Amino acid sequence: MKRIDLQYDLVVIGGGTGGPMAAVKAKERNPQLKVLLVDKANVKRSGAISMGMDGLNNAVIPGHATPEQYVKEITVANDGIVDQEAVMAYAAGSFDMIQELDRWGVKFEKDETGDYAVRKVHHLGSYVLPMPEGHHMKKILYRQLKRGRVEVTNRVVVTRVLTGADGAVNAVLGFDCRTADFYVIRCKAAVISTGAAGRIGLPASGYLMGTYENPTNCGDGHAMAYHAGADLANLECFQINPLIKDYNGPACAYVTGPFGGFTANSKGERFIECDYWSGQMMLEFHRELQSGNGPVFLKLDHLAEETIGEIEHILHTNERPSRGRFHEKRGNDYRSEMVEMHISEIGFCSGHSASGIHINARGETSVKGLYAAGDCASVPHNYMLGAFVYGRLCGENAAEYCDGRNPLAVDEDAVEAERARIAAPLGRGDGLTPFQIEYKTRRLVNDYLQPPKITRKYEIALRRFDEIREDALQMTAANPHELMRAIEAHSILDCAEMAARASLFRTESRWGLYHHYVDFPERNDADWFCHSLLSKGADGAMSLRKKAVEPYIVAIDEQERTAYQRLRVAPSAAAA
Amino acid sequence: MTIAITPTQAPVAVDEDKCIAEKGCTVCVDVCPLDVLAIDLVKKKAFMQFDECWYCLPCETDCPTGAVQVSIPYLLR
Repeated sequence: MKRIDLQYDLVVIGGGTGGPMAAVKAKERNPQLKVLLVDKANVKRSGAISMGMDGLNNAVIPGHATPEQYVKEITVANDGIVDQEAVMAYAAGSFDMIQELDRWGVKFEKDETGDYAVRKVHHLGSYVLPMPEGHHMKKILYRQLKRGRVEVTNRVVVTRVLTGADGAVNAVLGFDCRTADFYVIRCKAAVISTGAAGRIGLPASGYLMGTYENPTNCGDGHAMAYHAGADLANLECFQINPLIKDYNGPACAYVTGPFGGFTANSKGERFIECDYWSGQMMLEFHRELQSGNGPVFLKLDHLAEETIGEIEHILHTNERPSRGRFHEKRGNDYRSEMVEMHISEIGFCSGHSASGIHINARGETSVKGLYAAGDCASVPHNYMLGAFVYGRLCGENAAEYCDGRNPLAVDEDAVEAERARIAAPLGRGDGLTPFQIEYKTRRLVNDYLQPPKITRKYEIALRRFDEIREDALQMTAANPHELMRAIEAHSILDCAEMAARASLFRTESRWGLYHHYVDFPERNDADWFCHSLLSKGADGAMSLRKKAVEPYIVAIDEQERTAYQRLRVAPSAAAA
Repeated sequence: MTIAITPTQAPVAVDEDKCIAEKGCTVCVDVCPLDVLAIDLVKKKAFMQFDECWYCLPCETDCPTGAVQVSIPYLLR
């Protein structure tokens, strides 16, 4: 393992969505700043939007929505547990970002007057803006990286963020997944934008990489933040999504809803009033699956030919374009048959849900000089546009923070310890494969952590994870690629344990299916109207504490407060 | 203990007549998020080295000669 030493002002970890934006905005704020964007894949095609995106799910556009309305919507959708200031920072920056992306060449759907063609998918307001030509997203970001003269290093897996004696970030460590070269990158600040933790659970197909999230997004950002001493927020608020069964990608109700498509039971009947992904919606989905009315489907077969053609164009050229060939192989035509759907395995993703590395409205984590943006950070229901807005906030604020800072010396003992940890699997000729460790961890996550949550099952899971942690010390890697999977397996174990401990901490039920805790079936606002924060305790073990919900800046009235609690379609008078 | 190999059908197929890796092209290898593709140094052609395909399609879309064809992996097809 060759050691490579580098020095930058700012290191951005992850080149998917928020990362490139952070790097570009940091350079805009201070062109003299030395910025490195590190990706374990290649920034040209990395992250959740590798093949683009079919629309904005949370556009706050004047004339269609106001930032205040949006903050209300997300507060209610997230059962009140939000830092409204952080949601507002997104909402207030949303339209500027849309206009900037528009200038950069992103094509949004517009009506005949040139206004953005916003659609309604959420329960209360209108925030969905289609991007039928959204497949070009990564090319546009790449052009901006070149224009902004951001330095890029591909195929380097970042594993740890180090802090100096003053507790501030001073280095980022990692390795090359093709050569196994060890990287020590000294820096003044770092932005984590590593996406969701999408490889905690095992897809029902049993195929390890058949995840909803890009499987590169395995939770290594969550793990490195934890080991750097940062707080992680509300991890018990899992991400669970309604997806095309087996394909495990979005069907996608956000795109099809405004065209007249909807989620239906096996009788072809609507059972939820709103297809927006919330925990309450997922709970109704789960109940329908468990009832005699399952399976659940996406119904499009009642739509006109030209509408279906348009839907096919959007869904089969954007985000997950292989949806088309999946349906084709099964002879499943939107015109003649409903699309069978199912519940996904669990993950952490603030993009759709609400858990992640805790950040404030400036993108700052609880560690000095460490920022986080996008699906890995804690701002709820942030989606792609939230990753861009927080990428911008992190980049600009980190650039300012770097000004005049002289980081303290890097702890060489910590560097050596990490080098040894990374190198270990390569040196073993014999042992367990990364595949075995990962598969077993994720299979146990499904067996024990998939909601409904039960204390006894969670306790068993924690015991089994401990056993796997011991086994993981016997992992072997035949080459640098397998080494990447081995190191990822450690991150996945960290995330699995965090998911279990955070869930056991919150002794109530909240967020619908996301934290449906059978032993504590009721929502308990008296004791649990608060965030949970998980961090590394003084003893090196996971420690949890409550954090009061920040005072609201947008008041919520009683009628709105319960809007998302009433998602099930009321039985009709005739049926009654 | 020895480590056994389990053969599996690779979802990424490369048409070797169309692949121009011998001319130095590495586009599919470069764009794969999971880094599962590689160039066979003897044949000078791209191939799927690791069974970790996300069927995301950059390899197929970005290939300059249309040599790459991605199928949905059998387990979830």
